[in-house]
Amino acid sequence: MHTPTVEAAAALEPLLPQRYRVTRRCQELADTFSLELAPVDSPLACCGPGQFNMLYVYGVGEVPISLSGHSQDGVGLIHTVRVVGPVTQAMSGLEAGDMVGVRGPFGAPWPLAEAEGRDLVFAAGGLGLAPLRLAIEHVLDNRGRFGSVCVAFGARSPELILFRNILERWRARFDVSVDVTVDCAGADWAGKVGVVTRLLERDDYEPVETCALICGPEVMMRYSAKTLLDRGVPAAQIFLSMERSMKCAVGYCGHCQFGPGFVCKDGPVYSHADIGRLLELSEF
Amino acid sequence: MKRLGRAEFDRLLNALTEVGYELIGPVMRDGAILYDSIAGVRDLPVGWTDAQEAGQYRIQRRDDQALFGYVVGPHSWKRFLFPPNQTVFSARRTDDGFVLETPPVDGVRRALIGVRACELEAIRIQDRVFLEGPYLDTAYQQRRAMLFVVAVNCGQAGGTCFCASMKTGPKAHGGYDLALTEVLDADEHYFTVDAGSPAGKEVLDRLDLPEASGAECDAAAAAVARAESQMGRSLDTDGLKPLLDRVLDGRHWEAVGQRCLSCANCTLVCPTCFCSTVEDITELDGGARRERRWDSCFDGEFSYVAGGSIRQSTASRYRQWLTHKLSSWHDQFGSSGCVGCGRCITWCPVGIDITQEAAALRVADAAEHDG
Ligand SMILES: Cc1cc2nc3c(=O)[nH]c(=O)nc-3n(C[C@H](O)[C@H](O)[C@H](O)COP(=O)(O)OP(=O)(O)OC[C@H]3O[C@@H](n4cnc5c(N)ncnc54)[C@H](O)[C@@H]3O)c2cc1C
Ligand code: SF4
Ligand code: SF4
Ligand code: FES
Repeated sequence: MHTPTVEAAAALEPLLPQRYRVTRRCQELADTFSLELAPVDSPLACCGPGQFNMLYVYGVGEVPISLSGHSQDGVGLIHTVRVVGPVTQAMSGLEAGDMVGVRGPFGAPWPLAEAEGRDLVFAAGGLGLAPLRLAIEHVLDNRGRFGSVCVAFGARSPELILFRNILERWRARFDVSVDVTVDCAGADWAGKVGVVTRLLERDDYEPVETCALICGPEVMMRYSAKTLLDRGVPAAQIFLSMERSMKCAVGYCGHCQFGPGFVCKDGPVYSHADIGRLLELSEF
Repeated sequence: MKRLGRAEFDRLLNALTEVGYELIGPVMRDGAILYDSIAGVRDLPVGWTDAQEAGQYRIQRRDDQALFGYVVGPHSWKRFLFPPNQTVFSARRTDDGFVLETPPVDGVRRALIGVRACELEAIRIQDRVFLEGPYLDTAYQQRRAMLFVVAVNCGQAGGTCFCASMKTGPKAHGGYDLALTEVLDADEHYFTVDAGSPAGKEVLDRLDLPEASGAECDAAAAAVARAESQMGRSLDTDGLKPLLDRVLDGRHWEAVGQRCLSCANCTLVCPTCFCSTVEDITELDGGARRERRWDSCFDGEFSYVAGGSIRQSTASRYRQWLTHKLSSWHDQFGSSGCVGCGRCITWCPVGIDITQEAAALRVADAAEHDG
C-alpha cells in the first residue's frame, strides 16, 4: 500500500524558540538577577513595555518573563528574574556566553499612547517594578506628553529594593516624584514603612485625569486599584499586569485562562474595567 | 443520494485504501469501542452496541448485524489530530551552545470511518482553537489537511447523548467527505451515502453506486429521527451564558466539588478539550527534548504559579471546567465548548452529569437572583 507523505516541514514553529546569547549578567538582589540577551540567529520582533518573552533553559524548561529593558544597541533584551523554582534557578546559573532560547514577544503592552495627556501613577510591588521600568522610562523620555508623574514602589524590606540606582536617577529629576516604602525595616532605615497603597493617597494627581499602571503580587494590585478607585480614578484608566501559569504563550495550552480570555494573548495587561469583578473571585 | 449495500461496504474501504488513506475506525478492545487502525469491515464491532448511563459503560450484543450500532466510546478522534503526546522539539548541545530541531510530521493521510455528527462539530471546534488564533498549531494543521472524513448519522441515541439540544446532531451537517446512514430493515441492510466534498465525490464516482430510491432515503431519515426522539437528556442553553456569569461566586460549586474526584476523566474523554502541558526531558547522551501532553484543568498543578496553585479546591476546578465549556468558550471561540456527546457523563466514576449540573445552576440562580 502506498502511503503518501508530506515534506518534513517544520512542525510546531510557534513553539520553537530562537537562540539568544547571554551578553551580560547582573545580580540585582540576593535572589534576583538580570540577563542581557543578544540574538544568535535572526532577532525576534521588537518587544514593548509590558510584553513578555518565553525564556528556555536547555533541558530544564521554559518560563514567561517580562521585558525589563533593552541593551544599549536596542536589539538586545534585558530580562529581570527572581529565583523561585527549577527553571529560574537554572537560569540564575547562566553567565555571559551561555545560550538560551527565546520566543516572543507576547501579550498586550502597557497602553502608553492612551495615557498621553494624563497624570500618571505607577504602582509597583517588589519584582513588579521590572515590567514597569521601560514604561516609566518611556514616559520620562517623552515627559512633555504627560501630566504629573509619580512612581510608588513598595518592597518587603530595604534589602529587597530593586533597581536602587535607577530609582535614584529618577528621583534626581524634578519632574517626577518617586516614593519608596517597605513593609518592615530595622532602625537604620530612614524611609517610609507601610504598604504601597498608602503612597497612592496623595494629591499630586487629578483622579479623573489619571492613568494608573500597576504591577506586583495580585493582592497588592487589588488593593492599589481599590485605593485609586476610591479616590475617583476611573476603572477604565487603571491597568494591571496579571500572572497565570503559562505553557505555550500562543493561546492553545489553556493554562493561562482567566475568565473569558487567555492572559497570554488578551493580557497580561488588562484594564480594571475588564477584570475588576474577576479579581474579587477566589481561586479564579 | 447513493445506495451502498452492506455486502459492498468493503468496496468503500478498499477504495479509500487505494487512494492512499490509512483507515481509522471503531474497534472492540478491552471491553470498549475504541478508535484504531482497521483493514476492513471484519475489524468493526459488527453486531455490538454499548449501554451507557452516568458512570456506566457496557458492551452488549445486538440482535442484528449493524456495523455502527453503538455511539461514542472513551476515545475521540482528537487523538489523531492532536495526539496525547507529541515532541515539540529536540535539542542538542554544540561547542557554543545548542541547536533545536522540530520533528518531521508523520505525513500519514488518515480516513476516519464512522465520525458522528457531534464529533464533526468537535473537530470544527478544535479547528478554531488550533487554526484560527494568531498562532497556528502547524502540526495540527498538517494532520488536518490530510484527513478524509466518513461520517455516520446516528440511527440510535446513546444513554448519555444530548446532541439534539446542543444542535450538533444526530445528523451531520457539513464537515465530512462522505456521510452514511445505516438502514436495517427486516430483510435489507444498506447505507445511504452522500458526498460532502469534491474528494468525497471522487470516491463515490469510483464506486459507481446506484441512486438510493425515495423509499430508501425515507427509511434513512426515519432512522435519524428515531435517534433524535430517543434522546433522554437535554441541556437548556437558553440564557445560559449570562446565567453562568451571575453564579460564578455562588454556593453551588461547593456541592458538586464535594462529589467530584478531580480525576480528569471528563477532560481526557472530551472531544473538544484542548489543554496541554509540556515536559522537558534530558537524555543520557546529553540531548534534550520537549514533549507536549494532554493536560486537564482538574490537575492540581494546572494553575500552578510560583507559590502555589490558583485553583486549590475541587469546586474551583469544576467551576473552571463547566464555565469554560458552556460560557467562556463562546467568548474565546464563538461557540459552545460542549457538543453533547455525553462522554464526560459516562466516564465520570461518580456519575456527575453536566446536563444536571447546568440545570441545578439554573435553579440556584433563580433562587438567588429572582427573589
Ligand atoms: C506574563 C508573565 C510575566 C512574568 N514576568 C516575570 C519577570 O519579569 N520576572 C520574573 O522573575 N518572573 C516573572 N514571571 C513569573 C515567572 O514566569 C515564574 O516565576 C516562573 O515561571 C517560575 O518558574 P520556575 O520553574 O522557576 O518555578 P516554578 O513555577 O516553581 O516551577 C515551574 C513549574 O514546575 C511545576 N512545579 C514546581 N513546583 C511545584 C509545586 N510545588 N507544586 C506543583 N507544581 C510545581 C509547575 O508545573 C510549574 O509550572 C512572569 C509570569 C508571567 C505569567
Ligand atoms: S480548561 Fe478544562 S474544560 Fe477547558 S479545554 Fe482545558 S481541560 Fe477542557
Ligand atoms: S463536555 Fe462532555 S458532553 Fe460536552 S463535548 Fe465534552 S465530553 Fe461531550
Ligand atoms: S499560555 Fe498557553 S494558552 Fe496562554
